[in-house]
Order: sequence, then C-alpha cells, then structure tokens
Amino acid sequence: MYQYIARRLLLTIPVIFGVAILVFSIIRLIPGDPARAIAGVQASPEFIEQVRARYRLDEPLPVQFGIFLGDLARGELGRSTFSRRPVATEIGERFPRTFLLATTALVIATIVGVSAGIVSATRRNSMFDNVSMLFALVGVAAPVFWMALMLQLLFAVNLRMLPATGIGTWRHLVLPSITLGMASAGLMARITRSSMLEVLRQDFITTARAKGLNERFVIYKHALKNALIPVVTVMGLQFGILLGGAVLTETVFAWPGIGRLLVDSILRRDYPVVQGTVMLMAFLFVIINLVVDITYAFLDPRIHYQGEAGE
Amino acid sequence: METNEIPGTGAQSHGYEEAEIPAVDLEDEEVSTGTVAAGRRRGVSEWHQVGKHLLRNRGAVIGLIIIGIFVIGAVFAPLLATHNPIQNNLTMRLQGPSSTHWLGTDALGRDLFSRMLYGSRISLNIGLISVAIGVAVGVPIGAISGFYGGKLDIFTQRIIDIMIAFPGILLAIIVVTVLGVGVQNVMIATGIASVPIYARLVRGSVLAAKEQSYVEAARAAGLGDASIVFRHILPNCLAPIIVQSTFQIATSILWAAGLGFLGLGAQAPMPEWGAILSDGRAYIRTAHHLTTYPGLAILFMVLGFNLLGDGLRDALDPRSRGN
Repeated sequence: MYQYIARRLLLTIPVIFGVAILVFSIIRLIPGDPARAIAGVQASPEFIEQVRARYRLDEPLPVQFGIFLGDLARGELGRSTFSRRPVATEIGERFPRTFLLATTALVIATIVGVSAGIVSATRRNSMFDNVSMLFALVGVAAPVFWMALMLQLLFAVNLRMLPATGIGTWRHLVLPSITLGMASAGLMARITRSSMLEVLRQDFITTARAKGLNERFVIYKHALKNALIPVVTVMGLQFGILLGGAVLTETVFAWPGIGRLLVDSILRRDYPVVQGTVMLMAFLFVIINLVVDITYAFLDPRIHYQGEAGE
Repeated sequence: METNEIPGTGAQSHGYEEAEIPAVDLEDEEVSTGTVAAGRRRGVSEWHQVGKHLLRNRGAVIGLIIIGIFVIGAVFAPLLATHNPIQNNLTMRLQGPSSTHWLGTDALGRDLFSRMLYGSRISLNIGLISVAIGVAVGVPIGAISGFYGGKLDIFTQRIIDIMIAFPGILLAIIVVTVLGVGVQNVMIATGIASVPIYARLVRGSVLAAKEQSYVEAARAAGLGDASIVFRHILPNCLAPIIVQSTFQIATSILWAAGLGFLGLGAQAPMPEWGAILSDGRAYIRTAHHLTTYPGLAILFMVLGFNLLGDGLRDALDPRSRGN
C-alpha cells in the first residue's frame, strides 16, 4: 500500500513537469513573436526588448524553459498585458470564488445525485426511478451554458427570485452552483444507481437479509458502503468537469472567477494570464486525482497494487 | 469462446478482419452493422444478435430516431430550409415564431429554423470528424503502447497522463488558443482532447487481448507484429471503441458548442448552434427563442448519441445480452 502511494506520488512529478512544458509551449507555438505575446499587443518596442532580455527569448528553448520553471517555482507568473497587474495577484483574487462555486456545485451534485441513485436502485423501475433517470440523462446532455441561461430567464428575469449575475450574497451563488452541479448530479445518480444494483445482487446482501436484518439497515449499512467506492473514484473526474464547466458557467453569470478570467484573457490575447490560469487548473486537477487515487487505495482493500508496481 | 471471457469484447470474436473502419460509420449504426454482417459469413450471427438486442432497447431506439431526424435535417438542409440561413433581412428583426418563420428570426432578421438546420450539419460534422481524429491518433498509440509494453509504454503513458491533466474542455480550449478560432480548429481541438481517452481504452483492451490463445496461434503461424495487432487484436477490441466513440461524438458536440458560445469556435455568419445561442443572449429578455431552441437542439443531439451509446454498450456486452 505505502509502496503504491509512493509510486503514485513519484508519477505525479513527470506529469506536472509535462504540464509545465505544455503551458510553456503555448506562447512559443502561437504565430508571431513570443516577446510581443508576453509584452502585449500595444507594448512599445523598448518594452518588448526588455521582455526579450528578461525571459532570455534569444537563447535556446531549454534555457528559456529553465527561466520559466524558476519563475514558476517562485510564483512569479509575469504581468497581465491587460491590467498590468501581476498574474499571481489576478489569479489569487479570483481563485477563491471559483473554488467556492465548484465546491458548492460538487456538494449539491453529491447530495442530489447519490440520494437519487440510492432511491432509484432500491425502487427499481418505479415512477421515481424512471423520472430521476430521465432527469439524469437530460442533466448530462444539456449544454451547461444553455442551462445557465434558462435558469436565469426563469428565476431572475421572470420570477425575479434570484439575481441573474454578479457576486456578493449567498443568493448570487444559487443559480451558478445549481447550473454547474447539474451534469455531475446526473452522472453521479447513474453511477450510484448501477453500483448499488450491482452490490444488492451480491451474496453478502442476501446473507444479511436472510439473517433477518431490517431492510433499511441492509441498504444503508451494508450495501451503501460498498456501492459508494465507484462514486468516490468519479468525484475526482467530476471536479475536472466542474473546473471545465466553470469556464462556461462563470461567463454566463458574470462570476469573476478563474474560468471567466481564462476566457477573457484568451479573447484579449493576454497570454501571461492564460499561462497562469491553465497551469493552475491542470495542477489542481492532478493533485485532486492524486488524492482520489490514494483515498481509493484505502477504501478498497480488495485491490493489490504489486502487479502494477512490477511493470 | 475464450473472447467471451473479456467483458465487452466478445461481439466480434471471429472472422471479422477489417481493422480500418472503426467508429466512423456510426451515423447509422443499424444499417452499418447489417451490411457488415451481410459481408462476413461467420460474423453474421454476432452482428445480427447485436442489432436485434439494440432494437429491443427502448432508449437506443429513441436515440437512433433522434439521430436519424438530425441526420435527415443535415443532409437535406438545402431542401428543407425555408430561408437562406445567412441572408440578413433587417425588416424582419427578432420576430417570434410564426407561420413564415417557424422558429422566429434573429437580430439580423435571419430565419432561425433554417440556420439551425444548417447548424446540425456543422455539429454532426464536428462530432464525426473529431472522433475520427481521436480514433486515428489514439487507437494506434494505445495499441502499440499496450502491445510492446516496456519503456515505450511507460513513456506514452506519461504523455497521456499529461494530456489527461487538463480537465474536460480545457485541453480543447488550449489547442484553439494556439491554432486560432474557427470550425476546423475546433474539430482538431476536440479531436486532440479525445486522443488520451482512446489511447487509454485501447491500451487496456490490448493488454487483455495479448494474453489470449488466438494471439499465440497467430504468432505460431508466423505472423508479424503489425499483422497481429491490426488484423487480430484490434478487431477484438472494436466493441469498447464503438461504444466510446458514440459517447465521444456527444461530448465533442457539447465541447464544440461550448467553444462556439465562448466565441472561440465558429465565427459569424456561420450558423453554429453554440454561436447562435451566444448571439441570442443579448436578446434573452425580449426574444428568448434565440437561446431556447438552439440549446434544445444541442441537448437532443447529445441525448440521442448518449442513449445510443448506452444501448450499444449493453448490446455489445455478451454478459448483459444473455439476460
């Protein structure tokens, strides 16, 4: 087990290194002068030369990458070509808002999805099962930006119950987090349902029932614990979907998080901010998947990792 | 017999030897399985069973019908369209649905129904082409990585890990940032974003298939590596690839619409659904049909492919077919 965790940790290093290479490449791959891309479209020739010297853009790529890594390690991500403020400040200001939005969405998705999945599995083919599975299908298929607009139209424009855009109070959080969590809720409901049905077929459930245990006790104490293992594994993936979805949700709800920052920066050709935001999102996703994998190893004692370690 | 022991790979256990045509002809699964079955003597019963099972699945049939409607709309768009999709008519701005404009008009007086018909062409094209890119790049990478193992495998797996480190639509956004906006680049971007999914999937299937006795038999018969991988192993991994591709078409359509909505995809005056929705946003209070209908179209198209994917997954899995 500890060997597995150590190996998993070690494997994370090349991945983060590779992510850094990819992010480093963005500015070098776009057509045109990288110095101009870093300095900004309207930068003066003197400033562009300063940037070229600062990032050693005349030297070979490995030297440039070394500079990039060193900056990254110190949290020095350059300056936004739009606001002229340090990228780290821009991101630091907005990240907590995205974190709040994504976590709220994940909590909503987990509560709604897992409970709908359990009830659907225990009352298979009932009205509830059919309706909630239909909702799950629609939740997964509906474009998140469209869902956002429709909820806005209904609850903000027509019913005037909630604010359409902006931040500030908990009421501003309601529509964006429901929108963002909807697809994840649908996916979790489906996974919980099928995993629960699988577990309910197993021998130990039959044994528990044969012992005369209360059905509620069988479901919540015996079955649920086992059925939730696959649900936990997809939660890491869900967080990724949420981060991706945040880009769209934040745009519609004018939620000033890093998703909206990324889109705005791409449209403004503010490449230093693009670099920083992409790096942060990928880094977060890698760390979260690491945590999920390790949690999984603890949760499921049936799995032995020796085989994989021998590869 | 032994292939039936690997879940999801038993469907094409024997005789089926064309490795080059995975997933691309998914548009009309029912017909394509029928033709393939007709063409392969020993494969007939397998494909026939899959088709029969699929048609007994209510969700899959609904999915096929939905996809069918969109395909007809896309193919016959020039005949079905009531107006020119990109011609402005400023006297007819922001009209609600009526008998002349079935779904109303947009801010430039263009007919929404006609625009959406042409839009289904764009979305279906993006879905199919991006999946074709993902399959064409991802499947060989996964197959070679799984088959040869060793250092090559470790290296490709790390590359795949790096690609997977970018959650969901983010990798596609990065690719579009580098390549520039436009429908073609969106196809490439969503295609690249699906490469790691195929590489992972096929690697796993190849690792399982590699140990089977038919591979040993092929090797004993003196076949080369390429021939073993492409003519014997990959055809047996076709089922999961087909299922994944169906879902991936749906995902690509969603991602492309998202990119279009963000202004990173199709550019004006192209009637791409995400872009239409994005244009309509400004008028949501007075002319919400501009956002409602394109969204519903995306929803139904994605739903159709997801339902078909669910059905195919069951139909191609001999274990669930038994029940």
